[in-house]
Amino acid sequence: MATKAFQKIYTKIIQINKATCSLNATGVGNDELATVNGKLAQVVKIMGDEVTLQVFEGTEGIPTNAEVIFLGKAPSLKVSDQLAGRFFNSFGDPIDGGPEVEGEEREIGGPSVNPVRREQPSELIATGIAGIDLNNTLVSGQKIPFFADPDQPYNQVMANVALRAKTDKIILGGMGLTNDDYLYFKNVFNNAGVLDRIVSFVNTTENPPVERLLIPEMALTAAEYFAVDKNEKVLVLLTDMTSYADALAIVSNRMDQIPSKDSMPGSLYSDLAKIYEKAVQFPAGGSITIIAVTTLSGGDITHAIPDNTGYITEGQLFLRRDSDVGKVIVDPFRSLSRLKQLVIGIKTREDHPQVMNAAVRLFADAANAKTKLENGFDLTDYDERTLAFAKDYSTKLLAIDVNIDTTKMLDVTWGLLHEHFKPAEVNIKQELVDKYWK
Amino acid sequence: MSTKGKVKGIISNLVTVEVDGPVAQNEIAYIELGSQKLMAEVLKVIGDKVFVQVFESTRGLKVGNNVEFVGHMLEVTLGPGLLSRNYDGLQNDLDKLTGVFLQRGEYNYPLDTEKRWDFKPIAKAGDKVEAGFWLGEVDENHQPHKIMVPFKLEGTFTVKSIVPEGEHKILDVIAVLLDTEGEEIEVSMVQKWPVKKAITVHTEKPRPFKLLETGVRTIDTANPIVEGGTGFIPGPFGTGKTVLQHAISKQAEADIVIIAACGERANEVVEIFVEFPELEDPHTGRKLMERTIIIANTSNMPVASREASVYTAMTISEYYRAMGLRVLMMADSTSRWAQALREMSNRMEELPGQDAFPMDLSAIIATFYSRAGYVYLKNGQTGSITFIGTVSPAGGNLKEPVTEGTKKAARCFYALEQARADRKRYPAVNPIDSYSKYIEYPEFEEYISKRISPDWTSKVNDMKTILQRGKEVQEQINILGDDGVPVDYHITFWKSEVIDFVILQQDAFDKVDSVTPIERQEYMLNLVMDICRTDFEFNNFVDVMDYFKRIINVCKQMNYSAFHSEDFEKYIGELTVILEERRI
Repeated sequence: MATKAFQKIYTKIIQINKATCSLNATGVGNDELATVNGKLAQVVKIMGDEVTLQVFEGTEGIPTNAEVIFLGKAPSLKVSDQLAGRFFNSFGDPIDGGPEVEGEEREIGGPSVNPVRREQPSELIATGIAGIDLNNTLVSGQKIPFFADPDQPYNQVMANVALRAKTDKIILGGMGLTNDDYLYFKNVFNNAGVLDRIVSFVNTTENPPVERLLIPEMALTAAEYFAVDKNEKVLVLLTDMTSYADALAIVSNRMDQIPSKDSMPGSLYSDLAKIYEKAVQFPAGGSITIIAVTTLSGGDITHAIPDNTGYITEGQLFLRRDSDVGKVIVDPFRSLSRLKQLVIGIKTREDHPQVMNAAVRLFADAANAKTKLENGFDLTDYDERTLAFAKDYSTKLLAIDVNIDTTKMLDVTWGLLHEHFKPAEVNIKQELVDKYWK
Repeated sequence: MSTKGKVKGIISNLVTVEVDGPVAQNEIAYIELGSQKLMAEVLKVIGDKVFVQVFESTRGLKVGNNVEFVGHMLEVTLGPGLLSRNYDGLQNDLDKLTGVFLQRGEYNYPLDTEKRWDFKPIAKAGDKVEAGFWLGEVDENHQPHKIMVPFKLEGTFTVKSIVPEGEHKILDVIAVLLDTEGEEIEVSMVQKWPVKKAITVHTEKPRPFKLLETGVRTIDTANPIVEGGTGFIPGPFGTGKTVLQHAISKQAEADIVIIAACGERANEVVEIFVEFPELEDPHTGRKLMERTIIIANTSNMPVASREASVYTAMTISEYYRAMGLRVLMMADSTSRWAQALREMSNRMEELPGQDAFPMDLSAIIATFYSRAGYVYLKNGQTGSITFIGTVSPAGGNLKEPVTEGTKKAARCFYALEQARADRKRYPAVNPIDSYSKYIEYPEFEEYISKRISPDWTSKVNDMKTILQRGKEVQEQINILGDDGVPVDYHITFWKSEVIDFVILQQDAFDKVDSVTPIERQEYMLNLVMDICRTDFEFNNFVDVMDYFKRIINVCKQMNYSAFHSEDFEKYIGELTVILEERRI
């Protein structure tokens, strides 16, 4: 951030706390960027001639006579095809040793899409994972998070999904990523030979937490460039949104705002919605699909972060370890894809909706039988059969290491239904039973 | 001369303005920002400092920018041509906005001023009229759209002249009224009304009693809503709030449907944009879009206009009710509106109530719900607004301020339950916790016994008793084990399962099953209650389960078949055979 000639430099800071500092200044715009002794900061409050700046790196070491320069613009990113294959930090500066990107400078956090200009999403994204494709089918233009405890392999699953999905660009927004995970993504993309399709914005745990507030909008500004200007299908990966929300809470706390549920700011819903609603199918063919990660604490989805997320996103993919088969599965009860109705039975075989529901219902019966077993009751023949079915279903379909196409998934399900049940027990439309029962 | 001011402070979308003249609470102001003007609303006044909430992003706004106050509150424009339109929360026509992205400060006129309407007078010169009286009508999408004496006019007026039948644009003068002083008032087809004030041009608001058929069995049969009634649907995410709301808005027997998509997902609104112009109103056969107005203020659109959106929708509803029409208004979700109130209250540093919501939240909700209702107009005709709101309780916990506040105000409660949704029992409305207060109204009982049958209410109550009993028995079975209870217990439980699977569960995505007309609901309830009243003989509980699963399977196949079709009758035959096997 080189200073320009005749730029006004302020040198009298009147108030400093952990995240912000204030000074007297005039002619400053809301949301404008500034540098405080070279550290990047943003205007968050103006009262008369007193301006409050949020310093992204934190205010450690800032003296009251620090040099403050206002940059006259909101945070922005230079966009062009040169973004492809590059790694950037929260401010959009390269961290891969490469040259600066040349291109048009665009403010991040731009306006929303007019709802009447959106197209209805209709393109299926195949991942090969039956827990997703069969039960919770993804559609381009969708926004969906993985809900997972920190010990689940969500980043691996997400990387798999990203590589198998047919997209033009993959944009990774890493927030509070451990250095190891950052390197993992870098290696996976590199080994798959797709680095030229990837753009990464990374804030690791080594960087100041407040900086990560810029990551999602940086990633989405890049995504909008490719989806709108280039009509490309863009997949945005955001991991981990819980770290993002935690950073929001830190800032709101330091600005003396009244916290609402779970110490989160009252605006959490709007803050998250602003990011997730960037997922869209554009009329000209481009699309932005967002797959995010929200880490949970002990599987608790009632915490404010997953709770607000669930109300915003179009479903969620819930990972858990199934101790009966010793594999991580996509939990069919807690997972949901709201847009699957737009493609299942339409882009996939006609029996998809009914078969999917029947299998999940029987899996629920198995859960009841298991409770019975744990409470020491005798099991009926039906209970025994549901338990046997559940084991097969978990191993052959729900496990995240499955990689088959959707038609095969349906055939496998019919096979399992046939193996364990009678047609009258599965509650499927007769004409479908007549056609597919085998 | 209008009041002017200058920006003094900015925190997010809360802006402090120093003013040079009088301002009113909730008055609208425009803040200059370059070539743009940003709309804002007054929230608080302290001396010459006025706090306004801006309906747009305030990025780049500076201290010293000019502000102009317009002298009135947020108003909507009412007139022919509202139907089939897609508005944002401030009644901007979304289809008229250019570009893929919403541009800040872009506002437009919500109606078409060039279109010609075939105006037919109702009143004649010399008539004494008051606010809300019908002067004439135009045909709007096959609905009689009444042109009324503007609601803002107070007192009695004499019609001096009215144009004869013919084509007119909405801003043409169609009548001239004389007030008691002899002053002339020109009336066009358009009028304006502040959204936060209720339109009260009716004489009486009796208790509502007419069934509003929705085609959703768990509502119509179990907990019916009525024309002019209020209801709310709370539920954790993923339990099917929106699917249920869409089903109601597609199928309900209403003249006008107004949908306020308040702070929810944009793709859900897109679904309506795509489907409604194609789908048919099951009652009239015309396209659903013809009777629908959508107010879309999705979650990524400015927070402040989220609050405005529900009021805009309600005011338009009241306008159509004053024409003697049956209006259904849906708001998804009122929690987002409450959150918008919370965000502003927080920025204004008000002392917070529970969960940081404003203290008067429950009063605000109650006042809003009270604007719905069944009314007698001044000419003796009736009109109604049925209002159904969804609530998104934080963490799925119904003991939170928005749910509790709404429970006090709404008369129907459709509790969506996570456990039912997990087991894919849709719609996931819990049949035992949910209620409709209208069932208890003698007026409703009288109406329904004429519309369906005199013993309808008692049958519905029997059904609920069996469901309740089934739940109790299931709990006992869970504690004592299948063997630990008499076989009769299993029969009771499975009878309640028949009700659940055949009446309560409904496939919203199946062409036939998604809409059940009330006659078919009557037939199915009779059928299921006959099964429940039948005594069966079993030796062990395993047989009970197998037997009832067969019954459920046949009944479900019936639900998927057209009423009284060949297949339907075939399944009745199969059912009769099955019932005979075990009947005592």
